[in-house]
Amino acid sequence: MATESHKVNHGWADQDEVPGIKSELLELNMGPQHPATHGVLRLLLQTDGEIVYKVTPVLGYLHRCAEKIAEGVNYKQWVVYTDRFDYLAPMCCNHAYVTAMEKLMKQEVPERAEHIRIVVAELSRIASHLIALATFGLDMGAWTPLLYCFREREEILNLLERISGGRMLYNYMVPGGVRYDIPEDGWIQDVLTFITMLETKKLDDYNTLLSYNKIFIERTADVGVISVEDAYDYGCTGPVLRGSGVSFDCRRDDPYSLYHKFDFDIPVGTGEMGTVGDCWDRYMVRVREIAEACKIIRQALDTLPEGEYQAYELKKLIKVPAGAAYTRTESSKGEIGHYIISDGGQRPFRNKVRSPSFCNLQVLEKIGVGQMVSDLVAMVGSLDIVLGEIDR
Amino acid sequence: MEILADLIRKLPGGPDMSEQAMHITNSVIMATLMFIVMALCAIIFTWMERKVAGFIQSRYGPMRTGRWHGWAQAVADMLKILGKEDIIPAEADKTYFVFAPLLVLLGSLLAWAAFPWAPGFVAADLDLGLFYIFAVSSLVVIGLLMAGWASNNKWALYGAARGAAQMVSYEIPLALACIPVVMYTGSLNTQDIVIAQQGGVLNWFIFRDPFLFVAFFMYFIASIAETNRGPFDMPETESELVSGYHTEYTGMRFAFFFLAEYANLFLVSMIAVMVFLGGWWSPIPGLDFAPALTFIIKGVLMVFLNMWIRWTLPRVRVDQLMHLCWKVMIPVTLLCVIGAGVWMMLSGRAGA
Repeated sequence: MATESHKVNHGWADQDEVPGIKSELLELNMGPQHPATHGVLRLLLQTDGEIVYKVTPVLGYLHRCAEKIAEGVNYKQWVVYTDRFDYLAPMCCNHAYVTAMEKLMKQEVPERAEHIRIVVAELSRIASHLIALATFGLDMGAWTPLLYCFREREEILNLLERISGGRMLYNYMVPGGVRYDIPEDGWIQDVLTFITMLETKKLDDYNTLLSYNKIFIERTADVGVISVEDAYDYGCTGPVLRGSGVSFDCRRDDPYSLYHKFDFDIPVGTGEMGTVGDCWDRYMVRVREIAEACKIIRQALDTLPEGEYQAYELKKLIKVPAGAAYTRTESSKGEIGHYIISDGGQRPFRNKVRSPSFCNLQVLEKIGVGQMVSDLVAMVGSLDIVLGEIDR
Repeated sequence: MEILADLIRKLPGGPDMSEQAMHITNSVIMATLMFIVMALCAIIFTWMERKVAGFIQSRYGPMRTGRWHGWAQAVADMLKILGKEDIIPAEADKTYFVFAPLLVLLGSLLAWAAFPWAPGFVAADLDLGLFYIFAVSSLVVIGLLMAGWASNNKWALYGAARGAAQMVSYEIPLALACIPVVMYTGSLNTQDIVIAQQGGVLNWFIFRDPFLFVAFFMYFIASIAETNRGPFDMPETESELVSGYHTEYTGMRFAFFFLAEYANLFLVSMIAVMVFLGGWWSPIPGLDFAPALTFIIKGVLMVFLNMWIRWTLPRVRVDQLMHLCWKVMIPVTLLCVIGAGVWMMLSGRAGA
C-alpha cells in the first residue's frame, strides 16, 4: 500500500468513508508483453485510476546466464556474448570487454585499430540513440519519427555490415585489435557523407518534427524529474545522469582507448523546457550526443594512421596471466563496467558486468510514484533501457 | 426523398403503390444504400490511410495485392478478418460483449440518415437534422463503455473510462461550434444549412465572419477527439493501454469497431463540409453540375487532413486533453456563439 507521503494526487482511493462503497487500489501488470515496455520488462503497478502509487520492475524474463557462460568459454569466444547485451549498440559493448581484456593482458593495441574501434563504436552509439529517439517518440504516440530514425539507422547498419560482415551483431573487436581492416571500397568516404547528412539535415528534421513540437514538450517537460541526488543514489550513468545536469562522461573523465585525443563536448540537461532532469532533457541530451559522435568520427577518420589493425596473429585461444582487471567505458546507455578475474587458464574465473540500463531502471521506482500511467510510459521511454543488458 | 420516390413510381407496379408502401420501400433502399456507402468508405479509407501514412513516412504502404498500389489490400484484410476465430473471454460479460460492437456501429450508421448528399437526396429530411446527428452519434460512447466493461480486462476498462470521459466532453464544443451556423441559417435542417451557403466560396459559412472562422477550427479539433484519432486517441493509446477498449475483440467484432471508426471519421468530415465548407456547392458559382461528387471530394479532403495530423503529431496526455476541452475549447466556442450573434446584429442580419 502507498504510504501517506506518496499520495501526491488525491483520488478516489482516499474516499473510503463514502457509505456503501469500498474502494481499493488497482493492481496492474504492465508487461512483460506490452507495447511500451521496450522488450520483456514487467512493471507491477498499483494504481488509483490514472495515478500510479507504486511501481515495481520485475526482471529476469531475458536472463541468459551470460556471466556464468563466460566461465566456461575462452576469453576470445566471449566477445560474441557482449554483442547480445546491448543489442542496439553492440560495438560499444565489444569495446568495453576488449578494453578490460587488454588491461588484464597488458596488451598494446595498434593506433589504427583504436581509431577504427572508436569510429565503429560511435557509429553504434548513433544507431542506438536513433532508436532511443524513435521509440521515445512512439511512446508519445508519434509514429513518423520512428520510420525516419530507422531509415538513418539502416544506413549505419549497412556501413557496419561492410566493415564487419554482420548487420546487427558484429563480433568485430578482439583483444589486441579488430577482426578486419577498413574495406577498400570507399567506406571512409561513405561514413563521412553519412555523418555530414546527419548533422546538416536529419537532426534538424527530428528537432522540427519531435523535439520542439508543442505537444511533445507538454508531454515530456517537467515529467519524471530525476534530481542530481537521486541520480547519484541510484547509480545512474550516461544520458540519464547527464540529463540531470551532471557533466560526467567516461570518455572524457576517465579516458580509455584514444578518446583523450579528440575534441568533443559533453551535452547536459539544462532544463530548457521545464525542470533540469526531466524527460525532455534526457531526450535532448541524446539528440545532441549524436552531433558530438559525428564530430568524433570525423576527427578519428581524418587522423586515421596507417599500420597494423591487430597487435598479433589471431590465435584460436587466448591464455591470460593470473590477475584481475576492472575497466569502465561509456556505451550509449551509460557506464559499462567489466571486472574480470583470471586464474591463469584459458577461461576467466569470474566475469562480472555492470550494465548501465540495470542501474538506470531502478530509479523508476522513485520517480514513477504519484505520476500518471501515461507519464510512466514517458519515463520508461526516456530512460532508454535495453532488456538484453538488464538481464544479461 | 422526392427523387427516389419519382424513380420508384416509374418502375412497373410503381404507380399503384400506396403511400405507406412507398415510404417503406424508400426507407429500405436508403438504409441499404447508406450501409453500403459506410462499408465502402471503411474499405477505401483503410487503404487510403495506409497510403497516406506511407507517403508521410517515406515508404510505400501496400503495393502488391491487386497490382496497382495494393488497392485490394483492404478487401483482402476484410476477407481475412471474416475467417478469424471469434473469441469471447471466459470471464467476459457475454451479452454486453456481443452487443457493444453493434451499438458502436449503430451509432455511426444512424447518423448517416440525416445527411444531405445532394439537393433533395437525403434519407430522412428531418427538421432537427443536425441535432439528430449529434444525438445519435452519442450512442457510440455507450457502446465503447460497454465494450470496455464487458471485456473484463483492466486495460480495456482504462480505455473505456478514458473514451467515455473524452467523447462526452468533446461533444459539447463540437455542438457549440455549429450553433453560430444554425443562428445564421435559422434552421437545424441539414438541407437548409447547405442551401444557405449558395454562391461561391465567400458565401461558405467558414468565411462569413471571423467568429465562424474560429468556430470551424474548434469544430475540427473537437471532431478529431470525437473520432478517437491521433493526437487524441486516448481510448486506444496503443503505447499505453495495449489496444484500449477493443483489446479483447477479435475477428468480425473487431472489424465492427474498425468499420465504425472510419465511418465516424467520414461522418465528422462530411459534417464539417456540410456546416462550414459549403456542402455540395462548388467553390466557383455556377459550376454545380455534380453536387454529390463535389460533396464527397470535399469530405475526402477533410479526411486526408485528419490523416495528415494523425501521422504527424504526438499524442496528448489524458488530463491535458480534458484541460484543452473544458478550459480552452468550450469558452472559445461560447465566445464564438456570442460573437457571431453580435456580428449578425451589427450587420443587420438578425431575425433573417
